[in-house]
Amino acid sequence: MMKTTFKKIAIEGNEAVALAMKQVNPDVVAAYPITPSTEVVQNFSNYVANGEVDTEFVAVESEHSAMSACIGASAAGARVMTATASQGLALMWEMLYIASSMRLPIVMAVSNRALSAPINIHGDHSDAMGARDSGWIQIYSENVQEIYDNIIQAVKIGEDPQVRLPVMVNFDGFITSHSEEILEVIDDDLVKKFIGEYKPKYSLLDVDKPITIGPLALFDSYFEFKVAQAYAIENSLPIIKKVGREFGDLTGRYYDVIEKYHTDDAKYIIVAMSSTCGTAREVVDDLRNKGLPVGLLKIRVFRPFPLEEISLALKNAKVVGILDRSMIPGSFAGPLYHEIVSGMYHLDQRPIFQPYVYGLGGRDITTEHINKVFSELKEIEKVGKPKGLIYIGVRE
Amino acid sequence: MRLPGWKDLVETGPIILEPGNALEYKTGDWRTFRPEIDYNKCTTCMFCWLFCPDSAVKFDGKKVYIDYDYCKGCGVCASECPVKCITMKEEEK
Repeated sequence: MMKTTFKKIAIEGNEAVALAMKQVNPDVVAAYPITPSTEVVQNFSNYVANGEVDTEFVAVESEHSAMSACIGASAAGARVMTATASQGLALMWEMLYIASSMRLPIVMAVSNRALSAPINIHGDHSDAMGARDSGWIQIYSENVQEIYDNIIQAVKIGEDPQVRLPVMVNFDGFITSHSEEILEVIDDDLVKKFIGEYKPKYSLLDVDKPITIGPLALFDSYFEFKVAQAYAIENSLPIIKKVGREFGDLTGRYYDVIEKYHTDDAKYIIVAMSSTCGTAREVVDDLRNKGLPVGLLKIRVFRPFPLEEISLALKNAKVVGILDRSMIPGSFAGPLYHEIVSGMYHLDQRPIFQPYVYGLGGRDITTEHINKVFSELKEIEKVGKPKGLIYIGVRE
Repeated sequence: MRLPGWKDLVETGPIILEPGNALEYKTGDWRTFRPEIDYNKCTTCMFCWLFCPDSAVKFDGKKVYIDYDYCKGCGVCASECPVKCITMKEEEK
């Protein structure tokens, strides 16, 4: 398809979310602003006040109510969006499960932030990882352009008749939410055309076809509903890929569920998500220039977990460092490590995996840190076995 | 009734597509004690019909009777009956 030229503007991550939401023009937004996602709701409510969108904006008294209102509106057949972070996402917890189990395609931007205590407003993945089992599709964004692109794709993914699931678009709080970067903006009518008109399969407001959503299902049926739900999210993977390709045809920016950067012939690979991938890419370039066989695997889609794609990308490496920006106190590594290692355990050929936890509460991860990780991976190859969990950049 | 397998539920999700089908769910087997009416004493005052929380006491135009498909055996009818013509008898296995 012909590549169109797009207008470029300088914009912050949160503002880019609000801009994408404006172009989507959802029927309902119910939200309770929280740092570091506040500007999403702030800017979007400006659009509402200025009459630039047709959205019914519901100002609620908590995040629990925000998600509840989103669920009600979505069950009624509306196109629904919201945004939150950290404690706000935590307060939504029980409603997150209801949204996904009832198969409601709500799109939520999450500006990832640490969880209290101690209270901290900066970026890490603890909030989203706390919701990793909630049945939401989770997409992680590296930079402002990806946030914007992912929000638009999320609408199309979630509303796909085969998927019908809520989608969480994640990005690093402050690091990306408040970074001003250059954004290629898609024209309003192209966004509208790309996402299409939302035709809900079922609607509580359709009085000609009365339905009951989320009824009681005890030991004779609950299990079957949960397996059906698991099947739905597992099978959203090809749809996510298809939407990523269609988005590429429109913009020239093609998206897959993972992004391989010099992994094909790499002996040492770092796995990471979101903004850290930008830093790691710099280091990979630098070390590649020095002739070192290093690579980066970026996980864009964490739910559904793209195990096959990840396995193929990693199986020929010697040592893989898995960088988790969240921790599981009482366990021996972070969530990304657990998923990848247990998923690849049965392969005949697999690398040595080294777990890392980094960047909690917004702690910087620098090119020096990433360089050190690569030297450690080299050491581990010589020793032939991994060390225990390594915390990056922590004072002893 | 054949219960659906998970493959039947992927398309819809947890949704009931037809109204009024609570009728199909016979709750009578929840019952431990069964109300029985002594029609020699019954005055057809309709108190049981009025008080039954599950509308399981029916009226056929002449007398009241219990719909055992839905009566859960709570005993409200027996308790409210002013002439004590309803007795709760333990269900036999």
